[in-house]
Amino acid sequence: MEQKNLLLKIKDLTINYNTYDGIVKAVEGLNLSMSNGQTLGLVGETGAGKTTTVKGIMRLLPDPPAKIVRGEIYFDGENLLKKSKKEMRSIRGKQISMIFQDPMTSLNPVMTVGDQIAETIRLHNDISKKQSFEEACTMLEQVGIKGERAGDYPHQLSGGMKQRVVIAMALACNPKLLIADEPTTALDVTIQAQVLEMMKKLIAQYNTSVIMITHDLGIVAETCDYIAIMYAGEIVEYGTKQHIFLNAKHPYTKGLFACIPDITAEDNKLTPIEGLMPDPTNLPKGCKFYPRCPMAGKECENENPANKEIENGHFVKCHFV
Amino acid sequence: MPEKLLEVKNLKKYFKTKQGYLHAVDDVNFAINRGKTLSLVGESGCGKSTIGRVVLRLLEATAGEIYFEGANIRDLDKMQMRKYRKKMQIVFQDPYSSLDSRKSVYESIAEPLVVQKAFTNKKQYAKRVYELMDTSGLAQRFANAYPHELDGGRRQRVGIARALALNPSFIVLDEPVSALDVSIQAQVLNLLQQLQDDLNLTYLFISHDLSVVKHISDMVAVMYLGKIVELANCKSIFQNPVHPYTKALLSAVPIPKINVKLNRIILEGDVPSPINPKPGCRFAGRCRLCSSVCKESDPVLTEVDRGHFVSCFNK
Ligand SMILES: Nc1ncnc2c1ncn2[C@@H]1O[C@H](COP(=O)(O)OP(=O)(O)O)[C@@H](O)[C@H]1O
Ligand SMILES: Nc1ncnc2c1ncn2[C@@H]1O[C@H](COP(=O)(O)OP(=O)(O)O)[C@@H](O)[C@H]1O
Ligand SMILES: [Mg+2]
Ligand SMILES: [Mg+2]
Repeated sequence: MEQKNLLLKIKDLTINYNTYDGIVKAVEGLNLSMSNGQTLGLVGETGAGKTTTVKGIMRLLPDPPAKIVRGEIYFDGENLLKKSKKEMRSIRGKQISMIFQDPMTSLNPVMTVGDQIAETIRLHNDISKKQSFEEACTMLEQVGIKGERAGDYPHQLSGGMKQRVVIAMALACNPKLLIADEPTTALDVTIQAQVLEMMKKLIAQYNTSVIMITHDLGIVAETCDYIAIMYAGEIVEYGTKQHIFLNAKHPYTKGLFACIPDITAEDNKLTPIEGLMPDPTNLPKGCKFYPRCPMAGKECENENPANKEIENGHFVKCHFV
Repeated sequence: MPEKLLEVKNLKKYFKTKQGYLHAVDDVNFAINRGKTLSLVGESGCGKSTIGRVVLRLLEATAGEIYFEGANIRDLDKMQMRKYRKKMQIVFQDPYSSLDSRKSVYESIAEPLVVQKAFTNKKQYAKRVYELMDTSGLAQRFANAYPHELDGGRRQRVGIARALALNPSFIVLDEPVSALDVSIQAQVLNLLQQLQDDLNLTYLFISHDLSVVKHISDMVAVMYLGKIVELANCKSIFQNPVHPYTKALLSAVPIPKINVKLNRIILEGDVPSPINPKPGCRFAGRCRLCSSVCKESDPVLTEVDRGHFVSCFNK
């Protein structure tokens, strides 16, 4: 897929974890690209390889046990996998920022939140302490926290407020790409609504590109234009929000839709996906979804299906499409 | 006439803290008919789990009455309570922390039977344990597995099998599917519904997930800061919510569809502290409809429609 205005292009990314129990094949032959200004939802269940993929982009994988076996990650035309540690440090925070599920991953418990945001700003911009602190307060106001709380320590804030601080910090240097890894999973639903609303506003205002990782199809519907469905280390279906929600083709994607309770549905029968995720140290030879797939045939067992473009920009990795 | 299996009246549970009394459950009333599911829904800290534990007398209530099959079980002593313990069980969110890591699946499921001296010989125990595994959808080959060798869904099935061991009539399900991925969540939800139908079980279902609650409940109680703010049958709550908090809560749920219109009510601020709460409606500080009366006196749960109760001055 050649795209104008390309921001990110991942080619054949393959990441293993070498563990005592064997080689965990966390990400396998993953291809993905996104343009400037896009919001991409990366959807999949626990263990699908979502976090590993984005930590790969950020070059934050713990080595050992993680090993990037092969692949290329082009960001703004340059291969991130060829960058030195020092170069990566100046890219992280400035060009690409990441938000984690637990805000305390990014916050320092013994530093006021205002100082933390100010420090991030100073790290990437040549400005005075005072100026950076003023900008930090402005950022806090942007995420709906009164500037006077800049002197608070993280423990003085509620979970929702901490996550807003993290968002303020992530956006403080106006990065081109924001990666949000389950940013609202730990929050209550009304607080989640607050935080998502605010994120949507800021993303539009700064024209930030976003990779939103979630297992919640409702959040994707609300916040993303493009969707990649991930299963056992691979992207099994990719398309626009319309493609995925109105014309899903992969049996796993269809299975996901059939097993979620829907608050708007009249009569809501759940059809579970039979079985479990495969053991990542011993993945099926052919299609990874084959053991659970209601449609599986002989070729699925032995041959990993190719990624087929079934309509403009809609890709499916299944023998039966 | 449907039979009230469980009824709680004016139930309170206060925790003593350094800053004062924490009103975890504050004057709660509800009843569940035999064979039905009542869900407690609300955000973290609103008192759902505390109600679940108090109702089973795993925690002593501060005040109020708990009727099970007509008897006020708060009046019973330890010996008398034993008879009821068998009939009232609980399944927790994280089976990993509720199962003994040193016990195999077989031993975990057998434990409640052994404690109650349910049988006289090994063969009878084995028969019952395998029967329970079967009922809970656990293949026999997992009998000798340990909790850490199982995935979350199977661990939860062990939790369910244990809860079923003594033929209870009532089970508190405290966020039983919250830790599970959606494909596994659907498996466990279907199992719970199947068991209810087959065994005529009564559930107190605790969850913060409104989509799951809508799917499984007959009755729904919406809680906010220790109080039930709205109580009605499932359909009324979801189609015709009355309390401003219920409306905001429902509107906040992300909908897995595109081209739907979201009429979001974004609540300002956070839930206030439950310690020494001020008089007045607990929701007043965040409510769009708040007037002076809301800050002065406590609204009471009153019937606005048949079987539909709301605690709000502006209903
Ligand atoms: N540090 C690690 N060591 C070994 N295995 C890991 C490590 N981190 C993740 N994994 C494994 O890699 C796979 C993908 O994990 P992850 O990327 O965290 O998935 P997701 O974010 O989709 O839940 C899983 O099987 C997981 O157990
Ligand atoms: N043992 C305890 N001691 C003090 N406070 C408690 C205790 N257990 C629960 N609480 C408090 O009681 C309130 C209700 O908690 P809980 O019933 O667990 O809520 P929920 O299950 O709805 O999340 C919370 O404010 C919680 O912090
Ligand atoms: Mg993850
Ligand atoms: Mg709880």
